[in-house]
Amino acid sequence: MNIGDWGHLSVIVAFAAAMVAALGYFMAARQRPLGEADESWLRLGRTAFIVHGLAVVGVIVALFGIIHGHRYEYYYAWSHSSNHLPVYYMISCFWEGQEGSFLLWIFWHVVLGAFIIRGSRQWEAPVMAVFAFVQLFLVSMILGVVIGSLKLGSSPFILMREFMPDLPVYKLNPDWVPEDGKGLNALLQNYWMVIHPPTLFLGFALTLVPFAYAIAGLWKGELTKWVQPAIRWSLVGGGVLGVGVMMGAYWAYETLNFGGYWNWDPVENAVYIPWLVLVAALHALVLWQRGRTGLRTAYSLVIATFLLILYATFLTRSGVLGNASVHSFTDLGLSGQLLLYLGAFVVLSVAMLVWRWKQIPVSEKELTMYNAELWVFIGATVLCLGAFQVLVTTSIPVYNALMGLFGVKTNVALPADQIAHYTKIQLWMGVFVALFSGIAQLLWWQKNSKETISNTLTIPTILTLLFASLFILLVRNNGLPMSLPFIAVLTTGLFGVLANLSMLLQLIRRGVRISGGAVSHIGIALMLLGILASAGYSNIISKNTSGLLYSREFPDDLNRDNVLLWRNQAAEMGPYKLTYTGQFYDVPGVPGYVNKELLFRTADEYKALARADIKQEDGKTYYKAGDTLEIRPEDTYYRVEYKHKESGKQFVLYPRAQVNQEMGGLLASPDIKLFWDHDIYSHVSSVPDPSKEKDWSEVKEYTVSMGDTLILNDYVAVFKEAEPATNLAGLGLSKDDIAVQADLIVSGEGGKQYHAHPIFVVKDRLVGRVPDEIEALGLRISFNNLDPTSGKFTFGVSTTQKDYVILKAMEKPFINLLWSGTLLMGLGFGMAVWQRGRKPRPAPATKVPRTSKAPQVA
Amino acid sequence: MGWLPSGWSNFSAAFASATMKKTHLLALVVIAIAIGIVMATAGDASVYVSFKEAKELAADGDLRKVHVVGRLPHDAQGNPASLQYNPTLDPNYFSFTLVDTNRIAQQVVYFNPKPQDFEKSEQIVITGNMRNDVFVADKILLKCPSKYVENEVKGATAAR
Repeated sequence: MNIGDWGHLSVIVAFAAAMVAALGYFMAARQRPLGEADESWLRLGRTAFIVHGLAVVGVIVALFGIIHGHRYEYYYAWSHSSNHLPVYYMISCFWEGQEGSFLLWIFWHVVLGAFIIRGSRQWEAPVMAVFAFVQLFLVSMILGVVIGSLKLGSSPFILMREFMPDLPVYKLNPDWVPEDGKGLNALLQNYWMVIHPPTLFLGFALTLVPFAYAIAGLWKGELTKWVQPAIRWSLVGGGVLGVGVMMGAYWAYETLNFGGYWNWDPVENAVYIPWLVLVAALHALVLWQRGRTGLRTAYSLVIATFLLILYATFLTRSGVLGNASVHSFTDLGLSGQLLLYLGAFVVLSVAMLVWRWKQIPVSEKELTMYNAELWVFIGATVLCLGAFQVLVTTSIPVYNALMGLFGVKTNVALPADQIAHYTKIQLWMGVFVALFSGIAQLLWWQKNSKETISNTLTIPTILTLLFASLFILLVRNNGLPMSLPFIAVLTTGLFGVLANLSMLLQLIRRGVRISGGAVSHIGIALMLLGILASAGYSNIISKNTSGLLYSREFPDDLNRDNVLLWRNQAAEMGPYKLTYTGQFYDVPGVPGYVNKELLFRTADEYKALARADIKQEDGKTYYKAGDTLEIRPEDTYYRVEYKHKESGKQFVLYPRAQVNQEMGGLLASPDIKLFWDHDIYSHVSSVPDPSKEKDWSEVKEYTVSMGDTLILNDYVAVFKEAEPATNLAGLGLSKDDIAVQADLIVSGEGGKQYHAHPIFVVKDRLVGRVPDEIEALGLRISFNNLDPTSGKFTFGVSTTQKDYVILKAMEKPFINLLWSGTLLMGLGFGMAVWQRGRKPRPAPATKVPRTSKAPQVA
Repeated sequence: MGWLPSGWSNFSAAFASATMKKTHLLALVVIAIAIGIVMATAGDASVYVSFKEAKELAADGDLRKVHVVGRLPHDAQGNPASLQYNPTLDPNYFSFTLVDTNRIAQQVVYFNPKPQDFEKSEQIVITGNMRNDVFVADKILLKCPSKYVENEVKGATAAR
């Protein structure tokens, strides 16, 4: 048996063990009150889950072994990895594919299951029954078993010849193995892609825990006790998922070129929606724990969160999005299975909720304006409404598919301007969340009356109004518009920060523990302010001001947001003077980037010869002329110097582009200069097509002597000398052959000098010429002839269009508020988890009888 | 609570004691907002249309942006002949002809650099509207020949 068979066997074992575990735990909990599970069934369930966990680890080891060992006979390794991929990116290939990402999700469930088994005591049997049931479904997605015409799951251990049996090569050689893989999508070759997916899937997995507790509570009729463990897990989940989403946003900001961190792509929305609902659920849970209210809401939202995670999975993995998303997973033809899975969980969990609905305790007391609970409740409602909007819009492709099932052809498309569409609701969600989080936090820690309320609210409110007016004046003074919605975001955002901050300070003064809630609310409000500044006032500085316009058909309302930069020719752009100075490569082991002009490419595209000593800014010489070095040929970095016209300050950006046929041409990634108060974000939007042959002008011949000066296409060149060339790699010269190398020095723009070394060869009595190209000047010089008697040398010179880039650049003011707000939010979640872990709250005061069938007051 | 009208608490107390409870009131408000959200989505949603319909919409003064699906026409040599992009003159002007699913050809202008490999795309989805007999696109989505891969090119409005 080989590694793939072992892997596939492990998948099957994991599947079977999940089934046994589900059965064991189910039987253990069935018809028995909580905490009195049947011992032998429980033991069976537990053992089976441990076997399941070990099998899952086995699957992961096998799959990673295949990727790490470059075993391209397996489709997964071939389609996601390649020979030149560093090990840390092999980790990312692991979850680039659908199967691997399911595996990651399954793995986190195993880890969390282990925590539940260790720590949940009386809850183990019913909670783990839910866990094992979910695992059963998830493992079935990678099972890869075909029964008749029914395909159950897609195995990551499928062989190339099973996946593409029609490749002609298999007719000639059935044992053919590809030599190299297709490689990892270049955009995913980023350190964030090593940690973002695991974080996100951990967040996905964490939503299962409160869901499983909720279902267990419904099942066992323990309608209130589940809240306490569920809160802690929801806190962990909310923090991890929130940070995971923002990691994705940061990756998009750094790597993609749509000019921001959030694009309302369905894949992003699919995670954003459950996160909002999870946070709302968390607040409802806290409301029950503190105010004995909102339990039905908590139940509904906890269950909705998990169902939305499943819906997100369906959206992104079934292919239903089709044209609507840039980066949904490839369609594996599993949509039926996914739909079944989603349907089963929706029906089962909603049915259980309906069954127990009347028994879920409801608070009799009416909340007033003085109750923090009321504001928390309204805040949670606002979050749900925000989630609702994103859900309704993101599901548009689903409506078309749904109507298609009934034979009705619909042609609804996503809004053409998604940003405007989402902003008009999400902005107000932000406003109210910031406002209510401030009010609720101020009221939360004290008993309130009219007196105390005005005392606590006065100072933050006055400060807010003061700062808000100040900022509005500042913005207006800078000649920028400030619309009413923006004023609302600014004011409430400031209020959110100040109200939560004042509570935090009061709590510290009173010696009470620091509130994690207040910290994360400050974070959220800061994020809101950061989004307002960086997105609302994002400013494109690469406006085309050359005056050259192709057409003036639509002069007024269209932006022309890209500028063309000729190599080594400074151009003005906003407050900057820009110069594009050349193409660079990333050379492993050398800091920074290495100029392409210093490298001589070889037949092996991953190797190059150094044409001169490679010295970097630190003064160290990393390679000597003639050394062979390794390069990363996929990425070209375009060096652009920025010089601020007023302050004279300079910096250099290296936006990256990769020519990738498979991904549809040019993959451009921005380079970002960080200042404390703004970012300068720029990317190339077009370059001369490198895969196209250049158009060279007709060759013009020059016959000169050593030391002569030539005028080549506006450039002055000096023919310094010609000398016998020795040790020329790749020419394969023997003793009797002759090679002469000329040295020409061409002066380019700004006095920069370039050396050209065309070579003249006589090999086996045949004349050969190796021309040299000065890319920066668009010159190609060949050494055409030499006449030893007269001392005359003939050079052929042809010219081409000079190298250029088309660049787009923008300014993102105060984007650091967003990132620091994210960190604070994560920190706040962490603090809350820690505090709840240290000091368990007292048991609920009002006990609800376990098997009470008495109707509750609605 | 100086920041609220003085009668507010009396009002809300009276409201609460009335037959309609505050939770019910909240529920009504929530339902109203939810309906508003659905309406807003329906209003903002775009449609897939042909060039003929796009022209009709524009003629009616409806400047809503629409989606059009089409292909590039190819000449006898199999090259897309209609592409016009001269970055040295204006890097922000790209024009081409698109043939929609009803085989109607239409000139399209895209005020951005030409997406790389545009010529090789099999199917193109554009978003925008008709203005003065040309279709002004602000987003281009290319479907490339390789089976699964697609690439979206964001235009001016999307990048803001």
